[in-house]
Amino acid sequence: MSKQSICAWQRLEPGAAIRDPGNAAALKTGDWRTLVPVLNEEECIKCTMCAVFCPEFCISEHEDGFFRPDLNYCKGCGICANECPKTAITMVMEEK
Amino acid sequence: MARRIGTEVSLAVADAVKMAAPDVISAYPITPQTHIVEELSEFVANGELDAEYIPVESEHSAMSAAVGAAAAGARVYTATSSQGLALMHEILFIASSMRLPMVMTVANRSLSGPISIWNDHSDIMAERDIGWVQLFVENGQEALEFTWAAFRIGEDKRVMLPVVVNMDGFIMSHMIEPITIPDQEVVDAFLKPYEPQIKLDTADPVTFGPVGVPEVYLEAKKQCEQALLDSKAVVSEVIDDLNHTFGRQYGLVETNGAEDAETVIVTMGSLGESVMTAVDRMNANGKAVGQARIRLWRPFPVEEFMDAVSGAKKLVVIDRAISPGSVNGPVAQELKSVFYGRLDAPEIVNVIAGIGGRDVPVDDFVQMVELAEKGELAETYTLWGLDSDA
Repeated sequence: MSKQSICAWQRLEPGAAIRDPGNAAALKTGDWRTLVPVLNEEECIKCTMCAVFCPEFCISEHEDGFFRPDLNYCKGCGICANECPKTAITMVMEEK
Repeated sequence: MARRIGTEVSLAVADAVKMAAPDVISAYPITPQTHIVEELSEFVANGELDAEYIPVESEHSAMSAAVGAAAAGARVYTATSSQGLALMHEILFIASSMRLPMVMTVANRSLSGPISIWNDHSDIMAERDIGWVQLFVENGQEALEFTWAAFRIGEDKRVMLPVVVNMDGFIMSHMIEPITIPDQEVVDAFLKPYEPQIKLDTADPVTFGPVGVPEVYLEAKKQCEQALLDSKAVVSEVIDDLNHTFGRQYGLVETNGAEDAETVIVTMGSLGESVMTAVDRMNANGKAVGQARIRLWRPFPVEEFMDAVSGAKKLVVIDRAISPGSVNGPVAQELKSVFYGRLDAPEIVNVIAGIGGRDVPVDDFVQMVELAEKGELAETYTLWGLDSDA
């Protein structure tokens, strides 16, 4: 039998209620992406537009000042690439 | 002191609800249940009952408001019938899947069409799989006492499920019966204030009714199913205390008649009272006939039923609903499943009677037994009293 469940039924709250707020973060939702954004750091001016427009709020600033997506949540929608004023982001087919 | 009065059963149920001190009553009038909620709205309006009465615009809203109120931790009551129950349909599953205790009286009535306001069990049988605890009562005193039992069963932390108390429309709802109403203190001792295990609370936020993705839906359904199965023990426990408190002899399945009966009539609801008279008459004439009355329909009390009819060679199972296209009425289907593959299985003959308010007099049960014993009833089911040219 293939295992497809998240947890045993005995561990669910009554009525499958959810007690911890914000627990959606624990659910990795980036696995159905086909295209992945790739940043050209030579063109990027760190303007934040990609992070502002990302509908998943998954793009954040890294220590080197560049903004990169968290691929655990990025759906590959391409809005960041479309909005980038320097066309520094390219959507490329992801190999799995 | 307890009062023994003559009262319409619907009004006695309203008294029982008042004495259970609900926080919220959410209801829409429908014959033959209307007198219950009409009386309750008067209790609230004249200050006799400190509850929120929500006069909603439909039964769909009645059940939706009941779900919301129960999620907020309120003790909730509603009542309905027939088309009203059908209109509640989708929300009934939400109440049980969210594990929300509430009590609903259903004054059982046939479903249209043709349009009928009269009694049968087709309304509740169409809601058989809603995941609620489902009880049947046979007379006014039971309707009163099982209203309190229902709150206690549903609110028990081992259950946390909604409970429906079925009583036959008109035959019970509009009948004036002698009923003993106990003192409030007795009811208060039997039914303690509700302490929700989980509720909507801004100080401790929870999400009720989240989406159930394929990875969790099955486990969520299992949890509710298990709670319903486990509720049987709690129903027994509460009935024991009911018996002790009010001096009754209720059970999950109740029997009457000859101990050595080879033929046993099986009923659910008020027909059981007529069958009692028929069985007593047959016993007095030296005929060893017995009777089993199913009080708890969901979860179905398999072991208790088998005990109740052990030794019987033939069961005459009376259904009060047609299950079109099936092999039997709903109760006979259930019992055939229960006995399937057992060497001691009795023969099961199915009579579908009392449909759409058709009267089933005492003599008819005597005749059913005679025909069943002679093997003259249909192998599938008999539509009792059907006028046919064939």
